[in-house]
Amino acid sequence: MENYFVYTDHMTVGYDGKPLIRDIEIRLNKGQILTLIGPNGAGKSTILKSMTRQLRLVGGTVYLDRDPMQNLSNKELSKRLSVVMTERMHSDLMTCEDIVATGRYPYTGTLGILQPEDWEKVHQAMEMVHALDLADRDFTAISDGQRQRILLARAICQEPEIIILDEPTSFLDIRHKLELLTILKRMVLENQMAVIMSLHELDLAQKISDFVVCVHGDTIDRYGTPEEIFTSEYIRELYGVTNGSYNADFGCLEMEPAKGKPQVFVIAGNGSGIPVFRKLQRQGVPFAAGVLHRNDIDFEVAKALAVQVIAEEAFEAVSEEHFSQALQVLRECRRVIACTREFGTMNERNRGLLQEAERLGILE
Amino acid sequence: MKSKTKLRYIGSFVILLVLLFVLVVWNINSGSIHVSVGDILRILFLREGEETSYQIIWSIRLPRICAAVILGGALSVSGFLLQTFFNNPIAGPFVLGISSGAKLVVALSMIWLLGRGMSANSAVLILSAFVGSLISMGFVLAVSRKVKQMSMLVISGVMIGYICSAVTDFVVTFADDSNIVNLHNWSLGSFSGMSWGNVKVMAVVVFVTLILTFLMSKPISAYQLGEVYAQNMGVNIRLFRVALILLSSILSACVTAFAGPISFVGIAVPHLVKSLLKTAKPLLVIPGCFLGGAVFCLFCDLIARTVFAPVELSISSVTAVFGAPVVLYIMIKRQRKA
Repeated sequence: MENYFVYTDHMTVGYDGKPLIRDIEIRLNKGQILTLIGPNGAGKSTILKSMTRQLRLVGGTVYLDRDPMQNLSNKELSKRLSVVMTERMHSDLMTCEDIVATGRYPYTGTLGILQPEDWEKVHQAMEMVHALDLADRDFTAISDGQRQRILLARAICQEPEIIILDEPTSFLDIRHKLELLTILKRMVLENQMAVIMSLHELDLAQKISDFVVCVHGDTIDRYGTPEEIFTSEYIRELYGVTNGSYNADFGCLEMEPAKGKPQVFVIAGNGSGIPVFRKLQRQGVPFAAGVLHRNDIDFEVAKALAVQVIAEEAFEAVSEEHFSQALQVLRECRRVIACTREFGTMNERNRGLLQEAERLGILE
Repeated sequence: MKSKTKLRYIGSFVILLVLLFVLVVWNINSGSIHVSVGDILRILFLREGEETSYQIIWSIRLPRICAAVILGGALSVSGFLLQTFFNNPIAGPFVLGISSGAKLVVALSMIWLLGRGMSANSAVLILSAFVGSLISMGFVLAVSRKVKQMSMLVISGVMIGYICSAVTDFVVTFADDSNIVNLHNWSLGSFSGMSWGNVKVMAVVVFVTLILTFLMSKPISAYQLGEVYAQNMGVNIRLFRVALILLSSILSACVTAFAGPISFVGIAVPHLVKSLLKTAKPLLVIPGCFLGGAVFCLFCDLIARTVFAPVELSISSVTAVFGAPVVLYIMIKRQRKA
């Protein structure tokens, strides 16, 4: 147990001595990323602020490489831990290079003057986040995405063993989210640092994290690898999702399906049905879909959006039983949409559905 | 460091030093009694000349110039420290009511001492001013804990300033002493009547405080980024905040003790100096503010003495004329940014 780089023992956090989240157990090694997820106001920031010592621990101990963190002086800690927080950094007439250079603070002398080696490290860090061209720009005049990269460069050139980031991707567009996390991942592997951060984007958290901590209520609800945490049912429960659903495999959100008796029957397969499913959902038309194989990508979306899905086991030909079930549902519908008219060996029976719809004159 | 920025820093300091030199010369050379340049040079360097002129130069003008330089510099540095502390570009010893608090306690202790037939020496004045500064500062800090808005902080400071000034006026009006005239002049703000003894005391206090402030450049630069980041950079926030309060209070107390409350220097000068240097790095801004404050106060004192001579204006009226527009400009600029 004690061999972990970051190790918390019954860490309890809160404000003014009042516990908010109890018995937090975090274990992390260098070269790994741990992400906190959970609903707004669950206390992710409180945990991070307690780890950076902005808040006093209410109970328990945090060990950093076997040293209890409360025994470290501010100065010692500043050489081992750096932060990227959500609080806006005040900057008065500072260029981006100046901001990054403040990361060298713990390593400078009495007057804080940087040596040539320090500038070298500043430039290396800026290069790492692809921000050398921003060096002379005023820090207040750059975009949110650029600002986060500069703050990351600042954290990097502090040469820490661990970086703590509070929602580093908030307010960034998808390109900059990906860019920032890619840099972070590379940095963690190359420099063998540990990272603890909070993220709102579940899909990204699932892909970048080595461990995930789910903060919910007054305890840590779950702790584990992304594979253990990210199941559709659990995420729904953690966030108390009531309208719509979350698909953990794709990391995507689906809106609530229309309710009622199916009015439209969709014959689909091989991904052809997805745009139609979405369109019907938007229009608020309840629909049924079939017969779809469980390994068909259409099945995942239909499951979230359709009132009824008639499904067949993967790699099995559509059975007589499922076919007649689909036929029955189809006859009850007012319209049939055929997204595909090509059928293969396994879903040949669906052609029968198409013919039946034609016979009834309800095929669109 | 890039050569362009280096050049800018050197250039800025050269400009400030030249201005300082020009204003010192100009100040020696002007006043209600005309002394020719030749006489002045002889008086200064050969220590010879006509008795009245000699006395005017050595006992009136020179100590007054020294006081304006030292106190003007101290006031701007104090303003810079307060702006850093409150993360508020229009914080300063005058607007936050710190000067007025110092003024009140100084007036009270002077009247108390005069009433007992004792005169107040420099040390007593500085000490009372320091106590007054800290009391006002305590109020401002208590308010700043409750309200986070920048404008509210300033408003509360201005109110504290008004209350202190009103009480000062009250006690000065009802104090029955012939020294009241002096006290009245002082309570409006003035560099007049400085002795070499005063100058020596203020020089020691101000320069020691300035050196300590300069040595704190590094944590100040960290604190400029915000408390969260400063802490992560290894600054002991609690200790640092106490140090900053003490240093800025000593500086503004020293000014108030000798020259009374002087308005707007603490806000205008740091802003102008930062714009000139195009940086807020304390390592450069602290000496820059000292020089800038000296230049600004020499210039304003020159106007106060000469424009309506022989009537002398209070220094605060002159600094307000030049300083207040700068404050307005800062506020408008910030509003536009937001």
